[in-house]
Amino acid sequence: MSSPHPLSGTPPRSREQVAELHFMDARYKLLDLAAFLDRLERASGGDDHRIRGLRQALPLLLEKGDGRVAKILSLWSDPSAAPIEKSDTKAATGVWPGIK
Amino acid sequence: MRYIEPHGHMVSRTTDDYQAMTMAGCAAICEPAFWAGFDRKSADGFYDYFCQLTQHEPKRAAKFGLPHYCWLCINPKESEDVALANDVLALIPQFLKSPTVLGIGEIGLNKNTRNEMKILEQHIELAVKYDQLILVHTPHLEDKRKGTRLIMDALKANGVVKPERVIIDHVEEHTIGEVLDAGFWAGITLYPESKATPVRAVDMLENFASQRVWLNSACDWGVSDPIAVPKAAQEMRRRGHSAAAIDSLVYGNPVRFLSQCPNFKDPAALKS
Ligand SMILES: [Zn+2]
Repeated sequence: MSSPHPLSGTPPRSREQVAELHFMDARYKLLDLAAFLDRLERASGGDDHRIRGLRQALPLLLEKGDGRVAKILSLWSDPSAAPIEKSDTKAATGVWPGIK
Repeated sequence: MRYIEPHGHMVSRTTDDYQAMTMAGCAAICEPAFWAGFDRKSADGFYDYFCQLTQHEPKRAAKFGLPHYCWLCINPKESEDVALANDVLALIPQFLKSPTVLGIGEIGLNKNTRNEMKILEQHIELAVKYDQLILVHTPHLEDKRKGTRLIMDALKANGVVKPERVIIDHVEEHTIGEVLDAGFWAGITLYPESKATPVRAVDMLENFASQRVWLNSACDWGVSDPIAVPKAAQEMRRRGHSAAAIDSLVYGNPVRFLSQCPNFKDPAALKS
C-alpha cells in the first residue's frame, strides 16, 4: 500500500472543525448501525457470512491509526489470488463468503 | 463551476438527467460500454448498442450542448460466454473509426474467472493493436481487491501497455494506493451504496494527492446519481479547498487523461 501524501493545499483542520462538518452525519450512521444490530437480535436464526464480517469489523473502528476503511474493506475481501474456474452468480454479497 | 463526467451510462438515463448535469456545470460526458442489466443473446445486440453509443447518444447529448464520447468493449459480466465475446470483439474495430470513440472500455473482471481473464487479455491486445486508451472496470465489493490485482498483472504482462494510458476505475481505500503506485490512473466512483460516497472520495483525494485521479458518477440503470461529481466538488468547497484545486480535479485531470486520445477535444478550447 502506497504511503499517503496529503493533498497540497488541504487546509489544516482541528478536530472541532471536523466535528462541525461531519459529526451529525457520523451520529446518525452510528445509530442506524446500532438499530441494525438490535434488529438482528430480535430476528431468528444464525449469522450468515455478511453478518459475521460486519461483527468482525466493529473492533477495527476502535483501533488507532487512520486506515480503518482500508482495513475493513481488506477484512471483507476474497484473500485468494488465482482466477476461479467458473462463477455460479454475477453478483457479489459485500463480504467474502469464506470469512470465518 | 465546470466538470467532466468521465463515466456515465447515459443510454439508461433520462433527458432530465442531461438537464441537471448541464445545469450543474457538466462540460462533456464519456460513456463506457457496459452491461445492460441483462445478458444480450447475440453479437447483433452489441452491434446495435455500439451504434447507439457512437451515433444516437451523441445526438441526444448535443440537444443539451454536451459533447458525448464513448468507449467500446464487451463488459466482463457478459465475457463468461467466450464464443459470444469473440464475436463482439470482432465487431469493435469497425467502430473505432467513429470520431467520438475514446478507447477500449470498460473492460476488466466481475467474478475473477478464467474466461473473464481470457477476454480481458484479448481486449488489452486489441487496445495495443489499435493504439487505444483503456478504461478498466474493477469488480465489486469482496471481489475488488483480488480482481484489481489480477487486472494490473494482466496489463503488466502485456508488456506494451503504458500505464499512463490506462485508468483503473472504481478504486476504494484498499486499492487506490496499489493502482497509483503502479503508475496507472485511478477513478473514484461515487455511488450511493456500494463504491465511494462523496465524503470518502474527498478523504481519499486528501490522503493520496495525485495528478492521476478522476471522479465519476458511473450513473446507470441502477440506483445512482448523475450529479455526484459536483456534489463531491461541493464537499471539497465545504472543507476549504480552493476553486482552482477543485477545477483541476474535476475538470483538469480528466481533460489531461482523455486528451491522450486525439478524438477528445477540451471543451474549453472548443468554446474559445
Ligand atoms: Zn460503468
